[in-house]
Amino acid sequence: MSARVSAVPSTQPLPERRRIGDRFGDLFLHGLTGAAAVAAAVLLGAIAWKIFQLAWPAITKYGFAFVTRQGWDTVHNKFGALDLIWGTALTSFAALLIATPLSIAIGLYLSELAPRGARTVIASLVELLAAIPSVVLGLWGILVLGPFVGQDLEPWLHRHLGFIPLALGATRWEMVRGVILPYTRTGVSAAILLGFGRAIGEAIAVTQVIGAGHGIHWSLFVTGDTLASKLAEQYQGAVSNIQIASLVYLAAILLVISLLVNLTALFIVRRFSHERIGGS
Amino acid sequence: MAVDAGRYSLTLSRRTRRRKVVNLLMQALATLAALAAVAVLALVIVSVAQRAASALSWDFFTKTAATFGQSGGGVANALVGSLVIVAVATAMAVPVGILIALYVSEFAPPRVGDLVRLVLDVLNGLPSIIIGIFVYGLLVIGSGQAAWKGSFALAIIMLPLVARATQEVLALVPGTLREGALALGASRWRTVLGVVLPTSFGGILTGTVLAVARAAGETAPLLFTTSIAANAVTWDPRQPVLSIPYDIFVLSESPDPADHARAWALGFVLICFVLVTSLSARLLLARYRKRMEG
Repeated sequence: MSARVSAVPSTQPLPERRRIGDRFGDLFLHGLTGAAAVAAAVLLGAIAWKIFQLAWPAITKYGFAFVTRQGWDTVHNKFGALDLIWGTALTSFAALLIATPLSIAIGLYLSELAPRGARTVIASLVELLAAIPSVVLGLWGILVLGPFVGQDLEPWLHRHLGFIPLALGATRWEMVRGVILPYTRTGVSAAILLGFGRAIGEAIAVTQVIGAGHGIHWSLFVTGDTLASKLAEQYQGAVSNIQIASLVYLAAILLVISLLVNLTALFIVRRFSHERIGGS
Repeated sequence: MAVDAGRYSLTLSRRTRRRKVVNLLMQALATLAALAAVAVLALVIVSVAQRAASALSWDFFTKTAATFGQSGGGVANALVGSLVIVAVATAMAVPVGILIALYVSEFAPPRVGDLVRLVLDVLNGLPSIIIGIFVYGLLVIGSGQAAWKGSFALAIIMLPLVARATQEVLALVPGTLREGALALGASRWRTVLGVVLPTSFGGILTGTVLAVARAAGETAPLLFTTSIAANAVTWDPRQPVLSIPYDIFVLSESPDPADHARAWALGFVLICFVLVTSLSARLLLARYRKRMEG
């Protein structure tokens, strides 16, 4: 490209120094921004590497059986993650069960029912709810999920042909059930997964609320522990190296679960947005 | 609406009536859900404010915790500590975040840009406690805690937020503006730094404020990086300091009811800060978007 430019005789050729300066500036900015992007990727890799490195003594000692064993015995150094994984799954699923219908309902209200003036006010109030720090909240699931799903549904009717079923004589609910929900299904499920990812990693609110308990329970009203809350609560009081390594082993399990959940959600989001761009 | 009437008679058929009832019920449920969300927000703020009232005083903001056995005292060290930690974290995260966003929107080939966005999204989805342990393993083991190490952990949380927000506003900058600058003979880097970046300043500021609001409330990354601190006000980021969220966590686990009141009061301070900042940031962003798109 530069060759072509120089082939055309220009009336006022740029001073040589400025041209060199510009080329250097372009290269420099390109390199600097690129380096920042590479740094982000390196950071992600470093996080995974460091967690597994810290957990390595426990991984080699207990192996994969750690995941399927129960109990957290600090006296005899017998550790297992099963009941913690169970606690994480149980609390997160319960949160999901409460949060999903509520979030979808809020999203539908905002997109289809709310009067124009109230819409922005209520939407920003719901988003504020999500901004409240988890350490202040004992309750969490609803607040984590709400905004994701709300955003996903909001502009639907305005961008798409949702008014056609209405014009054909369907009630609003029939339009929602027959058209909007099926159409936004992938997006909503991705939002739910992202919310789930946040719920399983929530350490502080859970530690404050559920307290330290042991064993596997079906009930939500017995104290239990999750992977993240166990970490938050025991890390500083840990006495032996193998106990610390075991705790980080928990973090490694948490890391793997949250990576899987997030990547699945992101994959769905991407495919979904491609479909939308291509399909409608 | 004509829909309301039956096809041949003016009285509603049974089926139509059922459809209308179901529709009304669902509308009511959706409205109720939205109201519930707003009610929960109001409830949280009001109940926190109520319980905070007894502890809020001048001493609360200006004194450090009372020594054991004495009453009174405040949380000045936690307030200053949070200020220091979050300020340093912002100084770390914002420049790097802007650079990443510039790379994605101005330089990267589409596939590489996609990959960087994926990395940012994954980073954003990591549980904050994992980031805390990472920084603990990287910086704290062997050399002890310090405020800047907590800042580093918070910066990792802020980075994807700043980068994604910046990249979104950079995408709003009209292509014609870039082409205009290039056509006038400006080089690429001058176009980026002199035209694209200043145009998106408002949006970048909003993204930064939202990231600050999020970071200010994070507890888990600070547990391992800056939690064991002297009971004195320190502005030095090389010392370990107390922070608002960590102090809430500690005070709320304490058996002393006066400490509980203090925890609520700190929670109130934190909520006020977060609500005011995120609300003003959102208002700013809405205005900015309107200007850019309109």
